[in-house]
Amino acid sequence: MGLLDILLGRTKPVLPDLDQLFALPSAAVTLEAAAGFTPTGSGAVCFATVEGAAFEQTHREVQALLDADADRDGPPVELRQDEFGYSWLVSERSPDQLSELVNDLHAVNSSMEVNGFGPQLLCSLASFEGESGKRLALVYLYKRGTFYPFAPLPGDGQRRDNALELQVKAALAGDLKMEQDLSRWFPVWGAPGL
Amino acid sequence: MQSRFRSDRRLTVRMTVTMFLLGLLYVAFVAALIVLLRSWLLVVVLMAAMFVAQFWFSDRIAMFAMRGRVVEREEYPELHAVVDRLCAIADMPKPVVAVSEMDMPNAFATGRNPDHAVVCVTTGLLRRLEPAELEGVLAHELSHVAHKDVAVITIASFLGVIAGLIVRFAFYSQLFGGGRRDQNTAAVFAVVMAVSAAVYALSFLLIRALSRYRELAADRAAALLTGRPSVLASALTKVSGEIARIPTKDLRTAQAFNAFYFTPATGKEPGMERFFSTHPSLEQRLDQLGRISAELGEAATPEK
Repeated sequence: MGLLDILLGRTKPVLPDLDQLFALPSAAVTLEAAAGFTPTGSGAVCFATVEGAAFEQTHREVQALLDADADRDGPPVELRQDEFGYSWLVSERSPDQLSELVNDLHAVNSSMEVNGFGPQLLCSLASFEGESGKRLALVYLYKRGTFYPFAPLPGDGQRRDNALELQVKAALAGDLKMEQDLSRWFPVWGAPGL
Repeated sequence: MQSRFRSDRRLTVRMTVTMFLLGLLYVAFVAALIVLLRSWLLVVVLMAAMFVAQFWFSDRIAMFAMRGRVVEREEYPELHAVVDRLCAIADMPKPVVAVSEMDMPNAFATGRNPDHAVVCVTTGLLRRLEPAELEGVLAHELSHVAHKDVAVITIASFLGVIAGLIVRFAFYSQLFGGGRRDQNTAAVFAVVMAVSAAVYALSFLLIRALSRYRELAADRAAALLTGRPSVLASALTKVSGEIARIPTKDLRTAQAFNAFYFTPATGKEPGMERFFSTHPSLEQRLDQLGRISAELGEAATPEK
């Protein structure tokens, strides 16, 4: 923020950076080799729910666009609301269709952006499954253009497996732009697909 | 890229004018001081030190005064989760989260920069607001941090306090040393006193105007960040309604910190007091949020 913005009390909306998303499929290969995690085929985009007709219109269009995809054999794209009032657009693909899933995520994000809702995008995530049902999500933060792992431990305790997360971070450092500031690894409890 | 954030030209103009007048006043004041008084340097240095301290420790001072207690994620998981998401969406570091055990529903944020920020809410606020409304209030507070309001207001108040102190300094000098001084010195002191008083009065009004504009700016940023101006408006009406019913005993301790608050703790809507208030009137804030709500609902306009 420049001096003028500080003086005038203005915030420049942070613009999302979508291109990093396409690095996910190659990272998935590394992740399987390094930690034994495979994609579940489920991914989601999270954004703040904006009031008004324009927003409703936009996400209906996005949903229709994704459902029109002929290759889709799983359930249709679903819109969910979480307890914080954020919306999740969930896409379920088969586990081997990770690159299609990434295309879905990118399509959602770019149409939000085109319609002027870029600043309201929070994160995107793709979920992975390890041995004995361990869950892991790679979360993409648009505003920083970085990824971080989120591994919730089973149970209602809201605890996360920090050791696994750090291991994944180290393993994927060559494939993805990982978020170096650990304080930005905010948890997404109860995210779809986890 | 297209964005739905539109700059509010009138708000910008008013803020610029206010700040210009403050700056002008400052220049005039320093010029007057240099001409009239030779020992001004000491006073200014002393005041500057005080203000640096106030600026540097603003988070701790405010936390102490409000009896805020830093809370961990385990204690208030929902509060932390809301702050987490807002910080991720606004791309700012997460501030320290604190809770104050007060029944008065209010929130404040302070700290010299986003890395040393504290956001504090009262238990009364947590109890009264819906989660979405709480998010709106927190977004408003985080906007204050992002806008560096503590720095701007502290620097702006600097002049006012210097002037106020010079008034007292001149007054006591005359009172205790008056008999031995010649006519000329006494006249100079009288003029300094008059100038300082005028400067203080003017800067007082201007700082309050500046604070009101910054509140509107923070409301605006919060509404656009959460995408739900109407929820913030509903939180505002709830909080203002509640504050009006709080007995004055609580307010006495709270008044000094009004400039950092979400809504001031003074109760009923002021008439003439409008110009002395640190916050804009509820109607003004609701009007602005209503306009933003309408803007957000419009169909996307072609990129300019």
